[in-house]
Amino acid sequence: MDFSQIWEILSAADNVPIVGLLAGVGFFVWYGLRQGREMDRLAVRLAAEPELAKTHHRKTQPYEEGWEREVQVWPHLLKIEFLAAMIVTVLLLVWSLALNAPLEEPANPNQTMNPAKAPWYFVGLQELLVYFDPWFAGVVLPLLILAGLMLFPYLDASPLGTGYYTIRQRKVVLVSFGAGFSIWLAAIFVGTFIRGPGWMWFWPGETWDHTRVVFEKTRNLPEMLGIHGAAGEALVGLVTVVLFYASAGWAIHKLVTRTELDRRIYARTTSLQYLTFQFFAITLLVGVPVKILLRLAFRIKYVWITPWFNL
Amino acid sequence: MEPEPKSPKQAIEEVKAGLRAPQRTQLWKSIFRVKHTRNDTRTRALAVVSNVFLHLHPGRVNRDAVRYSYTWGMGGISAYLFLVLLFTGALLMFYYHPTKVQAYRDILYLEQDVPFGRLLRNMHRWGAHLMVITVWLHMLRVVLTGAYKKPREFNWCVGVALLVLTLLLSFTGYLLPDDQLGFWAVTVGTNMARATPLVGHEGPFGPQLGMTPFNDLRFGLLGGSVVDSNALLRAYVWHCIGIPLVVLLLMGVHFWRVRKDGGISGPAPLVLDGEMKDEVR
Ligand code: HEM
Repeated sequence: MDFSQIWEILSAADNVPIVGLLAGVGFFVWYGLRQGREMDRLAVRLAAEPELAKTHHRKTQPYEEGWEREVQVWPHLLKIEFLAAMIVTVLLLVWSLALNAPLEEPANPNQTMNPAKAPWYFVGLQELLVYFDPWFAGVVLPLLILAGLMLFPYLDASPLGTGYYTIRQRKVVLVSFGAGFSIWLAAIFVGTFIRGPGWMWFWPGETWDHTRVVFEKTRNLPEMLGIHGAAGEALVGLVTVVLFYASAGWAIHKLVTRTELDRRIYARTTSLQYLTFQFFAITLLVGVPVKILLRLAFRIKYVWITPWFNL
Repeated sequence: MEPEPKSPKQAIEEVKAGLRAPQRTQLWKSIFRVKHTRNDTRTRALAVVSNVFLHLHPGRVNRDAVRYSYTWGMGGISAYLFLVLLFTGALLMFYYHPTKVQAYRDILYLEQDVPFGRLLRNMHRWGAHLMVITVWLHMLRVVLTGAYKKPREFNWCVGVALLVLTLLLSFTGYLLPDDQLGFWAVTVGTNMARATPLVGHEGPFGPQLGMTPFNDLRFGLLGGSVVDSNALLRAYVWHCIGIPLVVLLLMGVHFWRVRKDGGISGPAPLVLDGEMKDEVR
């Protein structure tokens, strides 16, 4: 075991923010979900006591008869903003005094960096290059992610849970977003901490071996099924992809219509909204991890081979 | 009739009165527009809404909305970090030339000789990383509170654009020290552009449309077929002028929409499942 390798990666100045990111995401997910649970308990109570529901102010924040509903921005909000700015400034100053920004040798096109890693917030995309061809991992997938994000508000047809934390009323949305965000973070994690020279897999505790050669042979699905020839390969791929979309879509449909509330929300969703949601959920939230698994567990490189592109 | 000349004592009294209550002087009123003569809520609200820097805020807000627990302050912190980056970035520009001959040396000079140069560079670097993190956390908060729902859908889209631009700002800045780290990161990053469908020379249908390494998307990004002096200059212009201008514009829209959409979305009163109408629109 050689933990100096992982320590070297971890303490590289540009990777320190990842530690901050993980800590931040961990803390705020906990903090948000805790408020969600609190609200959910209130919802259960109010649903059971209709009388109370009529008079309750319906927030978890304390409230007493006669309190003003609004406060002056000056000073109540501005003082908090000022304080936040001060805290951030001090944090940034301390960080900048303690840790120096990296500076390597001057750029030299003749001396390849190995591994050459993108900055951590893009390393997730770089990691996906292992599983997809560059046109997909580098261009189509980012565009799909952006389109999915932009469409997000237009696909969520539930009016419940606007403006307060809740888990119970918004399970489908939270799971969808959570899955996407987790895949993104996991790809960053693997790309930063696991990948070594030649973008090869080195477990924490393994030393980077610049001379390591991998003899692992990747395979393509059509060939595993014993099918050869361009037409056959393209057809098998197409059928596989269609079957995958159908089965994943069916599974997702089961999941998002599980509870009574989910079914009522589903009834409010238009077909266009629902099909768009299905497309993004199948492609990004199921398709991408499935392809990653196929590659890591079964060494499958392409599922669908055509003369123009491979997937 | 000739006016009496004022005695020196009277003149001093006049100055003292101004110092004692500066809010009553003509100068003060001309700058702040509001008569800050009374200390009531109306005056204080006016002080906020009639000030160009503070008028992003309403005069009064929901008492629970100022709690840290709802917004985590992440949007505001992102905006503040952007200002810090503008400030430190402008100072860095005094010392930096975007040329192959000077760029790397300028960084060395900043680190070794410029007073507080190293601190300046560090603050710009870590401020950028921190901003990426706070923007992600801000997005997470907006999702967890359902704050993107009607009528705020479009503001969410403006936010997504801001997120992309924040990442692109970081990425274009990465090349500027002209060291191995930036060079190879940008080489790897822009190599993907080769494979863009239709407009990349290695992408699906690219060659069929006449794409070569010398006319495709990557060439346009780099100003050449390799990462060299033109790429440095282009990264510099995007990083210091192009993207910040768009970000400033979109932030203006983003904040304006927060106000127009009825202020911050919560903490709103709970709506029970049973209160959701089952009408299909
Ligand atoms: C440069 C980046 C950004 C800045 C400076 C910024 C700033 C802000 C600020 C100051 C607010 C007021 C409330 C708060 O602090 O939470 C806000 C609200 C909002 N932001 Fe952003 N934001 C940015 C990026 C984003 C992103 C990436 C998204 C989503 C993808 C987003 C979506 C929203 C929405 C929907 C609101 C309204 C929230 C509500 O009413 O509760 N913003 N933003």
